[in-house]
Amino acid sequence: MTGRFGRGSIRLRLVGQLAAVAAVLSVAFFLIVRGVAGQAAEDTQDNILAASATAIADALYTDNNAVSLELPYSAISMLGTISQDRVFYRVVADGTTLTGYDDLPSPDAQTLGPAPNFTTFPYRGESVRVATVLRSVSVGNQPVNVTVTVAQTQLGLAEISSRITATATAIAVGFFLAAMALILLAARSALAPIGRLTRSVSRRGPQDLRPVVTDTPTELVPLVEELNKFISRLGTSLSRSEDLITEAAHRVRTPLAAVRAQAEITHHRLNKPEHRQAIREMIRAIDESSRSAGQLLDHAMVTFRADSHERDALDLTDLLNDTCNRLGPTADLKDIDLIRDLPEHPCEMVGDRILLQSALRNILDNAIKYSPADSRIIVRATDGDAYRLSVSDEGRGFGGAAHTELTTRFSRGSNVSDIVGSGLGLTIADEVALTHGGRLEISENTNGVGACVSLVFPKQ
Amino acid sequence: MRFAGLSKTMMRLMLVLGIMTHTAAFGFEIEDQKLYAATNETSVLRIISTTDIDAFEPIILAYQSENPGISVDYTIASSTELMSAIYVEGAVFDLAISSAMDLQTKLANDGFARSYVSAPTAALPDWAKWRDQVFAFTQEPAVLVISERFFGDDDVPRNRQELIELLRNRPEQLRGRVGTYDVRVSGAAYLFATQDSRNSESYWRLTEVMGSLDARLYCCSSDMIRDVASGELAFAYNVLGSYAESQKHATSGFRIIEMDDFLSVMLRTAVIPTSAENITAAEAMVDFLATLNARPALNNLSGLPPIDEVALRSNNALRPIRLGPELLVFLDRLKRDAFLRSWTDAIQQ
Repeated sequence: MTGRFGRGSIRLRLVGQLAAVAAVLSVAFFLIVRGVAGQAAEDTQDNILAASATAIADALYTDNNAVSLELPYSAISMLGTISQDRVFYRVVADGTTLTGYDDLPSPDAQTLGPAPNFTTFPYRGESVRVATVLRSVSVGNQPVNVTVTVAQTQLGLAEISSRITATATAIAVGFFLAAMALILLAARSALAPIGRLTRSVSRRGPQDLRPVVTDTPTELVPLVEELNKFISRLGTSLSRSEDLITEAAHRVRTPLAAVRAQAEITHHRLNKPEHRQAIREMIRAIDESSRSAGQLLDHAMVTFRADSHERDALDLTDLLNDTCNRLGPTADLKDIDLIRDLPEHPCEMVGDRILLQSALRNILDNAIKYSPADSRIIVRATDGDAYRLSVSDEGRGFGGAAHTELTTRFSRGSNVSDIVGSGLGLTIADEVALTHGGRLEISENTNGVGACVSLVFPKQ
Repeated sequence: MRFAGLSKTMMRLMLVLGIMTHTAAFGFEIEDQKLYAATNETSVLRIISTTDIDAFEPIILAYQSENPGISVDYTIASSTELMSAIYVEGAVFDLAISSAMDLQTKLANDGFARSYVSAPTAALPDWAKWRDQVFAFTQEPAVLVISERFFGDDDVPRNRQELIELLRNRPEQLRGRVGTYDVRVSGAAYLFATQDSRNSESYWRLTEVMGSLDARLYCCSSDMIRDVASGELAFAYNVLGSYAESQKHATSGFRIIEMDDFLSVMLRTAVIPTSAENITAAEAMVDFLATLNARPALNNLSGLPPIDEVALRSNNALRPIRLGPELLVFLDRLKRDAFLRSWTDAIQQ
C-alpha cells in the first residue's frame, strides 16, 4: 500500500480510465467544433467570393464588338464589409486581360466548369482564397469565354478561426472539468459501500466475531460471504487456542504440583543426606519447570491477547492490591516485608485486566524472587501526568544490564544464575506496557542496593 | 516642375546595376520641397504629401518640438504623382500623406504599406483606419461655396434638389457662372464625384444641368474660391470645405453652404510605405497625426479639421467615405473610363 491511492486503488483506476475517456471526448469535441465551424467560415468566404465574381460576370456586356465591363461597386464592397482583407480581381476575355490585376493567376477557361472554381495560393506576399467564374459572352455571334477571378486574403478567416479555436478550447476544457467533477462524484458514490463495509468491520470490538451483516452491493456479497466464513474459522481457531492455553496450564501445573508434593514427602522420609540432597535438587528442578511453564503460558496469553486486547475500565490501585494479596504468602515465606504505598483514590484506566494482572504479578514475583530474606519490597503507585506503578526491592539489581537486553525473551541479568528463572517476566511486563501505550522502566536504586521496575501508563 | 537630377535612362541604368540612390531622383513630378532641419539632427523624416506647405507646416513644427532631432524633408506632389512615386518607381519616402483615399487604399491593398499599431492608432474610430496601414487624420466635407454678391439676401439652396431648381429657374443669370472641379484632373474631385454618384441619382441630374449652363471647370479649390469671391461665379460645387474655411479670413465675398441632403467627407490619410527607412520617425508622425484632435490650437493654425466622431454623429448629412477595397472600384480602368465618359458627356454639351 503506497498512500491513499496505492497501486491497487480502485478509485484511481476508475477515475483514471474515466478521465481518459473524458479527455478523448473533449479532444474529439474540440476537433469537431473547430472543424465544422472552421469549414463554415471558409464556406462563408467562398460564398461571398463566388457572389462577388458572379456579380462581376453579370455586369459584362458587349460594346463595339468587344467585351466590356462596368465593375459593380457592390461586388467589391461586399468583400470589404466582412473583413479588412486585401482584395484582387482580374477579368480575362479570350486570353487577354480586360481589367484588374494582370499578374493575378487565372485558371484556364478550358478547365472550368459551370460552377465557381475555388483555389488557394500565395499572391503578393499573402495566401489568398480565389474564386473564378466562367461566363460566355456573345460577341458578333461568336461566343467569347470570359473568366472572372476574385481573390481575397485570409486575415479575417484567420481571426474567425482563432476565435473559433478559443471558443472550442474553452468549451472542451469546461466539458472536461465538468466531466471530471462528475467522475469524482461517481467514483466516490460507487466506492462508498466499500468504505461502509470497512468502517463496519473496523468498528468491531476485539471479541466481536459475529458475521458482517452490512448492506453490501452485489459485487461485494461474495467477498463478505468469504469474510464471514473466515471470521467464523478465526473464531473457532481463537477459542481453540485459548482452550489450549488454559488446558495446557492445567495439564502442566497440576502434575508438576503433584510431583513436587510427592518429592517433598519423600524428602521428609529420606534419611541419607546424599539422597535428601538429590531430592532437593529434584524439587528445585520441578520449581524451575513449573515457573517456566507458568511464564511461557503467561507470555503466550500476552502475545495472544496483545493484538486484540480487551478494553475494560479498571482501577490500577485495585489491581496492585489484588496482586500484593496473591503474592503476599510467597513474600511471607522469605520474611519479606511487602510495603504498599498506594493512593487513597482509585487510579482508573482502560485496559486488559488479565494482561495487566499478569504484568504486575511477574514484576512482583521477580522482586520477591531476587530479594534476600528479611528485606523490604515497596509497591508504589503515583498519580501524576501518568500512572506510575513501581516495585522497588533490596535485591541484587540487574548488574548493569541494559533495558533492551532484559526485556528480550529468555534473557536474564548476568548476576542471577543461582536463582531459578526463565527470563520471560520482564518481557511479559514490557509487552503489556507497550500494548497499553505505556512503557516499562528499569532502574538500579541510587544507594546501590536493589532495583526499581516501573510500569508507566499515560492517562487516556 | 520636373524633378531633374538624373535622366530617366541614367536612372534605369543605375537601378539595373543595383545601385541604391538615396534621394528621390525619380521621374515623378513634384510641386515643391522644403527641408525643416533640426538643430541637432539625428535622423531625417522624408514625407511625400499632397497637402500644402502652409497647412502642414504648423504640424511639422509641433512634431519637431515633441521629437527633437528629427529633420523633416517635406515634398509636395499631386496624388497621382505620389502614387506613381511609390507604386511604380519605388521612391524612398518614410510617410505618404494624401487626400486621395482611393490611391492610399490601393497602396495598402497591393502591399506597399507597412502595418503599425499603437495606442493612438488603436484609439482611432474603425472608419478612420484600414488594416492598420491607412490612418485618417482629418475629415473634410465637400461644400458648396456661394457668392455673396450674386445671392445677396436671396434664399440659398440647402440641398442638391434646390440647387437643380435654382439652375432651372434662373438659367440666363447663371449661364457660364457655375463652377466645379474638373474630375479628370483632380484626384480629390474624382473621389467626391464618384461618391456623389453612389450617394444619389441627383448627382447626374445636377451635372447635366450644370453642363447645360456651360459650367466652368477648375483644377483647384483656390481658383474656384477666388472666382466666387469676386462674383465671377455664382457658386462652386464640391469645394474642399477645409480649404474654403481657411480662406475665409483672407478673402471675403463668399459663403460656405453645407448641404443638408448629404455631405461626402474626405479623409486625409497617412501611409507608411514599405520602402520607408526612418520607420520610427514615421510611426511617431502617425501617432502625432492620430492625436490631432487633442490639439485644437494646432488645428486652427493648420486649418485641417481633425477626426471628430462627435461632430460626425451630430450631423446626419455627413457621410465619411469608407476606407476599404470598394474604393478600388472607381480606380478600375474600365470603370474610370466609363465614369469619365458619362461625366464628360454630362458636363460638356
